[in-house]
Amino acid sequence: MASHYVQSNPLFVKFADDKWGNILLIAILLTTVIVAVGNLLVPPESPFHVSTYMVTLLGKYLAFALLALSVDLIWGYAGILSLGHGAFFALGGYAMGMYLMRQIGDRGVYGNPDLPDFMVFLDWHELPWYWSGFESFGYAMLMVVLVPGLLAFIFGWLAFRSRVTGVYLSIITQALTYALLLAFFRNEMGFGGNNGLTDFKDILGYSLQSDATRIALFAASAAALVLGYLLCRWITRSKLGRVLIAIRDAEDRTRFVGYKVESYKLFVFVLSAALAGVAGALYVPQVGIINPGEFSPLNSIELVIWVAVGGRATLFGAIVGALLINYCKTWFTGALPELWLFFLGAIFVLSTMFLPRGIVGLLHRKGESS
Amino acid sequence: MLRLIVGLVLACSINNMVLAGGDDSLAVRLDALAAAKLSKMPAQIDLLAGMDDPRAAVVLQALLDGQLYARKSDKRLFIATPAADKSLLLTDPLGLVQPGAAKKNEFKRIAVNNRMRSQLRYAIARANLQSPDPLQRQAAVLRLLDDLDPAVLVLLDEAAEDESDEGVLGLVYIARGMIALDSDDRLEKMAAIELLSGNLQPLVKNRLQQVLARDDNGDLLETDAVIVKKARVALAAIDSKAGVYKFLETTFFGLSLGSVLLLSAIGLAITFGVMGVINMAHGELIMLGAYTTYVVQLMMPDHLEYSLLVAVPAAFLVSGLVGVAIERGIIQFLYGRPLETLLATFGVSLILQQAVRSIFSPLNRSVATPEWMSGALQINPVFALTYNRMYILVFALIVFVLLLLLLKKTTLGLQFRAVAQNRAMARAMGIRSQWVDAMTFGLGSGIAGIAGVALSQLTNVGPNLGQAYIIDSFMVVVFGGVGNLWGTLVSAFSLGVASKFVEPMAGAVLAKILILVFIILFIQKNPRGLFPQQGRAE
Repeated sequence: MASHYVQSNPLFVKFADDKWGNILLIAILLTTVIVAVGNLLVPPESPFHVSTYMVTLLGKYLAFALLALSVDLIWGYAGILSLGHGAFFALGGYAMGMYLMRQIGDRGVYGNPDLPDFMVFLDWHELPWYWSGFESFGYAMLMVVLVPGLLAFIFGWLAFRSRVTGVYLSIITQALTYALLLAFFRNEMGFGGNNGLTDFKDILGYSLQSDATRIALFAASAAALVLGYLLCRWITRSKLGRVLIAIRDAEDRTRFVGYKVESYKLFVFVLSAALAGVAGALYVPQVGIINPGEFSPLNSIELVIWVAVGGRATLFGAIVGALLINYCKTWFTGALPELWLFFLGAIFVLSTMFLPRGIVGLLHRKGESS
Repeated sequence: MLRLIVGLVLACSINNMVLAGGDDSLAVRLDALAAAKLSKMPAQIDLLAGMDDPRAAVVLQALLDGQLYARKSDKRLFIATPAADKSLLLTDPLGLVQPGAAKKNEFKRIAVNNRMRSQLRYAIARANLQSPDPLQRQAAVLRLLDDLDPAVLVLLDEAAEDESDEGVLGLVYIARGMIALDSDDRLEKMAAIELLSGNLQPLVKNRLQQVLARDDNGDLLETDAVIVKKARVALAAIDSKAGVYKFLETTFFGLSLGSVLLLSAIGLAITFGVMGVINMAHGELIMLGAYTTYVVQLMMPDHLEYSLLVAVPAAFLVSGLVGVAIERGIIQFLYGRPLETLLATFGVSLILQQAVRSIFSPLNRSVATPEWMSGALQINPVFALTYNRMYILVFALIVFVLLLLLLKKTTLGLQFRAVAQNRAMARAMGIRSQWVDAMTFGLGSGIAGIAGVALSQLTNVGPNLGQAYIIDSFMVVVFGGVGNLWGTLVSAFSLGVASKFVEPMAGAVLAKILILVFIILFIQKNPRGLFPQQGRAE
């Protein structure tokens, strides 16, 4: 298994030779421009008009793609299969949601200038301490990265130091997100309980309902994805990336050679969690709600399959997988809702059995044979 | 209009019945009661109470409860409860007329005064205290306890003489003690407190607390220091005894949760622990077992008592076969790639969930509990063991022992362990390792099915049943030490008991979170669980 990955790994392709990756990046940027023009400048009657619904949908996909990228960084390159990455995504989303809640001000149903509606409803009289500061956009954005990063740091520090690896790590990451799911369902936590945070009004003073804001969020998602991709590509092609691959393929050997395996893993795990947090923060203003359902273990496993379908350890495979499966999900839940889980289940089974290297693997094989 | 017709039909049939039931001696007594003036009623009540007829006791109770009515037209007596729409729901004390509804203004309630009320209570209590059924006698004493009256002391003395049932006798003594507490005699009062000390009846506790009641200035109403002290001691004894039973009850609930965890985790302990296969569809195999119970009950609606006996092997077969199919169809191609196995079996779990949702609807299905599993073993007023939880506890232990025997004492078990420890060597000794893999996986899955039968008796059966247990099951196996069945047993029961003890302090959800966090931390400290497998080739 080890040599198999090394020989055909795009790591050994030179920077400029990341042909598919570059094509994908250009495609994303082009799409952003086309969508922006199509939505804002083309009149609604025209067949080339892009509806706001479509903009939001695509923006959501891009946030998911960034999330998939963060999973590929640790699973594909460091061999850490996290079944709880949705937790970091959701925490980033909650941090953004808290900022958006504070922006509502006295426009809520109860008109309380300080407290969000659900707190008034619970008969709370002051803002809990952990809500303070979230009225500032900068502070909230810092928390989007810091909170998931800190959780990942604590969790990873404990886990990697005691050499919890493989399926054990997967299971306890799943337990982690499950515990958070249960915790966020509690009203006493002060995050809106079952209903989560919603009814957002505006961001940085711009209404979330306007087309221009939607396009801006979409463009921000695209930019975050491109930057995230470049960051991940830079990391995976650096010496650090080579050590990570060595850890993935032969952890003990890497340790004996003298590398501090724990530190490398911890660094990439925290980075990945922060990326997931950013993805969550981009997702929430576009869909307009964040609730504890995002912590459900099912979500976290589903996003692993995006990466598996796209192709592990290729970075752009993760993006392709996320876009493809989410497009299928939108189509199925609209046209054949009962069949979606059958389809998703079959994807899980078939891709692991017959497509161990994902769709990208197919492309490579084609390229090699021709 | 409809009510009028019902009333007419009722009226006709009642007239007929009066003719038919003319020679009934109860009927004669009732007519006399209906005709009696208020001053003559006590005599009539005495006559009724003297009758050796269970229906008479019902009439007396109705009279006491103000539910006895006379029809204005013919002075016939009926037991009636007012319905929502100002009509009366009638039943005939003679049992001759079908129950029905009638207009209120055609009836007159039979009024009783306070003197008659205590007479009635006395009469009813006496009738019930002489009942041949000990449960009824017990209920009668309990009713006396609710509303104690020195007049019933004679009754209690009478009952104490004839009583053979220990439980009832104990209650009679309590009742006597509580009456004695009202006495003015200091010694009698002290004796009564001593008698009541350590008694768990909630009424006794209330009564003793009344002894310690304070007036508005915060001074004790009871001036006798010795009595106050004795009452305090008695209350402390009650509290400490109740504390012990509370502890026992929590332990029982913990063990019950532990047995559920054991049942759901033990199959996983085999597939994950012995074979090293992560089966994320394990929860769905449990769910299939629960649905098998549902289908079995649908097929034998007339023999619900036996349905579980049929369901256990049926669920074992259904889940076991599905398990073998998963192993042959998917897992056998993925040995040595645990993360891929995890994802593929997760796909299977999604498919199974959706299949159940499509076949049985996404709503919860109700599974009946057979007669012999419902009810509870009431040990004392504060401590009861429910039969279904007890049976499941015993059942879980039986399954565990059988599994252990199977693994340790049979050829098949020997082959399981050989393949788990060293596949190549086992194959060299002529063991068909692929066949053993399929059988092991089938066994683990079959046990999951059996767990589903047990769970169907405790929770709702729905498509998400499995999901609720999969993470807990993994936690149990990992906490106990992978590959160690005894570890699974200890871990299941300790996690079960621990969560039930944390729950009253922190609430159910927080308790679950705390336990999860504890396990997460524990695994990071001891990655190989409580009882790590020693010296096994990886």
